[in-house]
Amino acid sequence: MITIATLTVRELFRRRVIYVLAALTILSVVLVGWGLDRLVDLARQNQQPELNVQIGVSQVLILIAFMFSFVLAMTAAFVGAPAVGGDLESGVAYAILARPLRRAEVVVGRWLGSAVVVVAYTIASGLLAIGVAVLVSGYGPPDPLLAVAFLSGEVLVLLTLTLALGSVLPGIAAGAIAVVGFGLAWMAGVMAGVAEALGVEGLRQVADASRWILPTDGLWRGVIYGLEPPLVVLIAAGREPALANANPFYATEPPALIFVIWSIVWMALVLGAATWWFERRDL
Amino acid sequence: MTASVSTRPGTPAIELVGVVKRFGKATALDGLDLRVGRGELVGLLGPNGAGKTTTVKLLLGLVRPTAGTGSVLGAPLGDRAARTRIGYLPELFRYQPWLSAREVLGLHADLARVPKPTRHAAIEQALRRVGLHERAGDRVGGFSKGMQQRLGLAVALLGEPELILLDEPTSALDPVGRTDVRAIVRDARYRGATVILNSHLLSEVEQVCDRVVILHRGRTIAAGSLDEVVAVDGVRIRLSALTPAIEAAARSLGGATTSTDGWLTIRPLPADRIPDVVASIVAAGGRVEAVEPGRGSLESRFLELLSDDSTDGEVKAS
Repeated sequence: MITIATLTVRELFRRRVIYVLAALTILSVVLVGWGLDRLVDLARQNQQPELNVQIGVSQVLILIAFMFSFVLAMTAAFVGAPAVGGDLESGVAYAILARPLRRAEVVVGRWLGSAVVVVAYTIASGLLAIGVAVLVSGYGPPDPLLAVAFLSGEVLVLLTLTLALGSVLPGIAAGAIAVVGFGLAWMAGVMAGVAEALGVEGLRQVADASRWILPTDGLWRGVIYGLEPPLVVLIAAGREPALANANPFYATEPPALIFVIWSIVWMALVLGAATWWFERRDL
Repeated sequence: MTASVSTRPGTPAIELVGVVKRFGKATALDGLDLRVGRGELVGLLGPNGAGKTTTVKLLLGLVRPTAGTGSVLGAPLGDRAARTRIGYLPELFRYQPWLSAREVLGLHADLARVPKPTRHAAIEQALRRVGLHERAGDRVGGFSKGMQQRLGLAVALLGEPELILLDEPTSALDPVGRTDVRAIVRDARYRGATVILNSHLLSEVEQVCDRVVILHRGRTIAAGSLDEVVAVDGVRIRLSALTPAIEAAARSLGGATTSTDGWLTIRPLPADRIPDVVASIVAAGGRVEAVEPGRGSLESRFLELLSDDSTDGEVKAS
């Protein structure tokens, strides 16, 4: 399994995936830094109170994190989809699977190698972007490590789904399903918030269930919570918490521990199911 | 289903009994029986879709039998431990294009659990054996198809496996490459390995194999040595001088005779009559320098068998 995981990391380096991601990260962080610097400059020139500047920066940072989470989701899909299925389609897998290793070692090894790369990328680029934001604006989110940890969890969930689907379906179909699922889960999360604010119980329950079916949106709430200034949380909680929760870029509390545990169990179940299926299929 | 077969030396290298493999409604193997002894070099022949590749995949556990039983190197089909002793060149030979040839072999050495002390020597030996040692550091992505197939052969030979399964090993090779493969296969057999050469190139199989197994529609329709499958049907005898008396003596025991460049050919002639013909030529005063039993081509016999089997199938179907 370690041989396969190492091979996967090596492949992502050799295929220049990591270099491309690093270059894009540096470019996007530079742009984020420049954009925030211009906004903060403009706000201060207009004599905006420092509190307003900080709230503004935090909201821009959350928006950037959301777009970044989409980029990470796409990265996870592109890395995960061909990890097992691609080798079968190309024929590379036949010589490997004829060796004395379990098929599960291929699935889990591929997952492990891909996970190391996408999580390392998420941590490095996430912390770099937050660091640059702190540098240019003076505002630091309350819990950047928590935000990055939840962002990594979100990426891992999507990587697991894509890789699992890729061991059953053609890679292109697996990637498409995962990205569409990610979008639908996010929309369902928005709908759950709106339904709660408007008191539509049936819709809320259905939309809420989607968070358990694909936990990406639930984990996204943890990212927001880690980036949200405590003052904003206090103000919103004091007014109308249900209405505030309808905002997809706002969270009054982090995901519950049971949800975090479920997300880990979810990944183990999905990977286990993919392995079970892959062990039994004819190649 | 196959778990009762235990790993034990002295058993056949391959044994399949009544193996059936269905992919949905399509039947790839239809009660296949196959037995290959240790150290044999067997050619697996058959037209496209006969079940050759499915048989090889079944031996490696890449596909599972729908029915029937079997063993490989004394272990159940697909047994992981047994796979440390098997080398395999797939029909669809593709290796990581972003690795060098040496790195691909390094990967397979790790996967095949080649012992660390012999790892380097095993890799270099395999590269040298297939003539890739000078390109060992080059990325596989830049290799021609022929070179990739040579690499596949090196992967299959790595660590001197007891059983080597070669699925169409010369499909991308030029005549020089084919000659090299024949030498490599003979060499592997010489050191005691069992080799299965899966091919539809009859001449290739004819030149190197001890035994041939002909598959059609997922069943064995003929198996045996070349002499058994393609019966001897004549003889060529080289004589120091050919006289009308000698020619008459030869003709009295066999079929038509022809002579060219000092060789007298008698056909048709059953194999068991060859000693009698030689004896009568000697009795007629002939000096025999060489005797070569002759037989029809494997190709003509192969086509004949397929035709017979197809006719049988039609009769059964009707």
